[in-house]
Amino acid sequence: MELLGLYHYWVFAVLLMIGFYAVIAKHNLIKKLIGLSIFQSAVFLLYITMDKVEGGTAPIIQAGVADPLYSNPLPQVLILTAIVVGISTTALGLGIVVRIKEEYNSIEEHEIQEIDRR
Amino acid sequence: MSAGHTILLILALPVAGALGIALAGRIGANLREAVTLVCATALAVIVWGLLPEIMSGERPSFTLAEVVPGIDIAFRVEPLGMLFAALASGLWIVNSIYSIGYMRGNRETKQTQFYAFFAIALAATMGIAFADNLFTLFLFYELLTLSTYPLVSHKGDTKTLRSARVYLGVLLTTSIALLLPAIIWTYFAAGSGNFTSGGILAGKLEGPAVGLLLGLFVFGIGKAAVMPVHRWLPAAMVAPTPVSALLHAVAVVKAGVFAITKVVIYIFGIDFLASESSGNWMLYVAAFTIIAASVVALQQQNLKRLLAYSTIAQLSYVVMAAAILKPLAEIGAALHMVAHAFGKITLFFAAGAIYTAAKKTEIHQLRGIGRRMPWTMAAFTIGALSMIGVPPTGGFVSKWYILAGAFDAGSYIAVATIVISTALNAAYFLPIVYLAWFARETSTPANDHGEAPLAAVLALTITAALTLAFFFFHQPVLELATQIFRGAP
Amino acid sequence: MSSWSNHLPALQVIVPMLTAPLVLLLRPSGLAWAATTIASALAFAVAIALTIGVLDGQSFSYLMGAWPAPYGIELGVDAFSALVLLVVTGASTVALLAGRESLNLEIDAHRQPMFYAAWLLALAGLSGIPVSADAFNIFVFMEISALASYVLIAGGPDRRALPAVFKYLLMGTIGATFYLIGIGLIYLMTGTLNLADMELRIHEVADLKPILVAAGFITIGLALKAAVFPLHVWLPNAYAYAPNAVTVFLAACSTKVALYLLLRFDFFVFQPNLAGHDVQFAYFLMPLAALAILIGSSVALLESNLKRLLAYSSIAQVGYILLGASFVSLSGLTASVLHIFNHALAKGTLFLAVACLTTRCSGLRLENISGAARSMPWTMAAFVVAGLSLIGIPGTAGFISKWYLILAALNEGTVGIVLVGVIVVSSLMAVVYIWRVVEAAYFGDAEAGGAAHREAPPALLAVTWIAALANLYFGLSPSLPLALSTSAAETLMRHVP
Repeated sequence: MELLGLYHYWVFAVLLMIGFYAVIAKHNLIKKLIGLSIFQSAVFLLYITMDKVEGGTAPIIQAGVADPLYSNPLPQVLILTAIVVGISTTALGLGIVVRIKEEYNSIEEHEIQEIDRR
Repeated sequence: MSAGHTILLILALPVAGALGIALAGRIGANLREAVTLVCATALAVIVWGLLPEIMSGERPSFTLAEVVPGIDIAFRVEPLGMLFAALASGLWIVNSIYSIGYMRGNRETKQTQFYAFFAIALAATMGIAFADNLFTLFLFYELLTLSTYPLVSHKGDTKTLRSARVYLGVLLTTSIALLLPAIIWTYFAAGSGNFTSGGILAGKLEGPAVGLLLGLFVFGIGKAAVMPVHRWLPAAMVAPTPVSALLHAVAVVKAGVFAITKVVIYIFGIDFLASESSGNWMLYVAAFTIIAASVVALQQQNLKRLLAYSTIAQLSYVVMAAAILKPLAEIGAALHMVAHAFGKITLFFAAGAIYTAAKKTEIHQLRGIGRRMPWTMAAFTIGALSMIGVPPTGGFVSKWYILAGAFDAGSYIAVATIVISTALNAAYFLPIVYLAWFARETSTPANDHGEAPLAAVLALTITAALTLAFFFFHQPVLELATQIFRGAP
Repeated sequence: MSSWSNHLPALQVIVPMLTAPLVLLLRPSGLAWAATTIASALAFAVAIALTIGVLDGQSFSYLMGAWPAPYGIELGVDAFSALVLLVVTGASTVALLAGRESLNLEIDAHRQPMFYAAWLLALAGLSGIPVSADAFNIFVFMEISALASYVLIAGGPDRRALPAVFKYLLMGTIGATFYLIGIGLIYLMTGTLNLADMELRIHEVADLKPILVAAGFITIGLALKAAVFPLHVWLPNAYAYAPNAVTVFLAACSTKVALYLLLRFDFFVFQPNLAGHDVQFAYFLMPLAALAILIGSSVALLESNLKRLLAYSSIAQVGYILLGASFVSLSGLTASVLHIFNHALAKGTLFLAVACLTTRCSGLRLENISGAARSMPWTMAAFVVAGLSLIGIPGTAGFISKWYLILAALNEGTVGIVLVGVIVVSSLMAVVYIWRVVEAAYFGDAEAGGAAHREAPPALLAVTWIAALANLYFGLSPSLPLALSTSAAETLMRHVP
């Protein structure tokens, strides 16, 4: 039961591997980017789940409640930044794919390599 | 002015001269050549001015910078270096006079560049002569290679460039692949690379390692042209003759044998090397080079190439003398550096004069040329006799000492080599002398020529006179060379 | 020192970062270039001021928003970061000064302000990493610099840059994400992001397994960013097809910054806490470094595109830096840190010379530069000087770091002697690949090559020669980088138990 009790780590690991697989194995550049997004999302989940304190509330100081038990807000703040970074990366990646499509008229990795070799 | 500053001045003067030449070249050829001559004379005066100090046993030194702890750029004037510097700086004056005649006579292009790089090459030579440790020696050794490259490739056509590539390729590759590891090894083994009387490696290395390190040095110092790393020297003959004369008979090649001699005496120490049998091969390689190069010289048709192979053989005399590992032979090595310099520069001057006046480069074309160019061919004859070692020329003196050293060491291989090579030298030089004086011209040359330009003839007369004078007045040189083993550390 | 010097670590990042949006608005493009160059030069001046301070024994620590560490974000500069800052800002300034003309050729005028803004962001990110003492903050700076560099590399006219940059983006992002996972795991165990605080708090952690996993993630992630063999595949094409000025900038410093971070993390956070980590670290990196050196050099031997040739040589040089670090000894680290500086000098100069060649030659394959030395003697002379430095000839900067590296290797006993052999062999290979370029340029047939009959633009040439002379200067008088790297190595070693 110990293993399943920490199920969010399993979700993290499985998502991470799915994303990683797609980045490596797929030849379509868009699919690679999708894989990259899944890969990053897995890490977001890791951060977001780690801050949960059992029985804790939202980390808001309320009048009259002395020393409440609340979840750690810092990882959420961190991951907000990481999400922004992730979005920028995906956007830039898509932008590059658009440019590749314009120049090579293809978004298949091996076709592009074929064209470059010529 | 302290001695340290004198050393700095000696290094800086040719560099300043190069700048002056470059600037003066924009104004006029006469000014440029005046700058060259003034600079050469000033350098010689300053270098020769150090002589009395060295003779009295002083060893002025100067540390320019400490690069990293234990590695300095430092200079120290010791007898062998003094001899080399005095030789190179003195002959630079004569060579400059000759260059003026040659370069003008042949209407060469890019003359400003020629004189400027020549001055830089001389600065590098001075640095090699006065280097106090292996690191400094290496720096100036490489500078000399790089600064002579534009001189060798002066002509700029495809054939010249191909030869220049061999020149640069052999010298750079050997120095980086062999000499540099040898230097680093020495620093690690001995903890320093300073040239010290008696050597620094005794007790730090033993067995086959000594022979291996010696091999890295001997073949790494490609400028000494020990076979099989001699290929660059015939290739360098594409350069204008003044370059061949001063650099490839005096400065560059002497830098090579000078470095080897210095390494043998001051890094290994002759007693240490004599006690380690693994270093013996150096003598055999040098002996082989002497004989093989002489045999190759026999077959040469081109005069300058013949002189190049003769140079290879003569350089190995110095290496062999160093390898005999007896003080008498080391002194012979020092003397031979001087004697060969006078003789070979005369021969090159003569070859260049013939080219300038008659446009002849091949030996068979020289029939009867002695009548048209008596001064030139007389000088050539003196130079050739010196190469063979016939009295009363300088070559006899140095061979005498090397032979004495060889007998002292009981090295009959060295004795035999000297005897055989003397015969071979005679076999390739005397036919030229005979052709020039006693054969009849087959046809009148197109440009019914006489002697070469006055400057060229003047220069070769001076060096021929020096070759003769060295036989009679070698006492000061001998004293200086003796100091290597006597003087203060 | 006066109070303003306390703000230097913050200024180091703020100057380029705040200039970036401003540059976006500047027209014409010349003005944008000028503003970028001035900002970069200012950043360089700040780095110099920091270096002087560090050499005086001053230590810089800056609390962002005056929040006390470890709660707030701390900026800190020591000798190691000062050296890296010098390299980063110096490379940027030199590349900008030299690159005006070649960038005009490669990038449309109306796109230039955006390009320069990206440049400044890359500069801000790259200099943010060394000044930051907060692990997450470093991640953000890393991604800022990475995103901006993707833009810079893809900015050129060569379409092959696009697939190259896409590959770089994938691998770079994976590397950064690995790093993020590692940070997350450490945070999970210690509850802190401040590097110094981490080192202390890990002592209190009972179960070190997650820390070990974190060490693995962080090492691999940063190794990806640093192009450590065999994770280098993104580098050659990215360097080769980028605009020349960008190659000068990034080749000199981007992998170095990742290496800096790798060393800092391993020595500050992991070595003191994980028993036997130094051995694992050494055994993991040493073979990789040796392979990187040998394979990088061998591929460079066969490469005929000049920029790719130099890029593969960079992979080998990263190997040298790692090799020094893998000894986990004072002399090894000194060599390593020193080589960060010296290699940046040599490679920067080489790429500057390449930029000179591009302005006049039809291409960068060896046959394109055939005979170029006849019309461009100064350019090729600078190339030779920098090439000698790359090989490690005495009198040039490259010799000093190789000397220390060999010194360090010989302290390692038998393994060390083998590694000295590796260093010597790869130096010889460097002789050969530099020689191939020299041979083509000096001895090639000028008619066959597309070489033009003019020397490179004077501004570009002047900067190239300043860089080439710096190679000689720091080869003959290396006291400044040596003092910095010795001090850096001492700081790093203090954390090894």
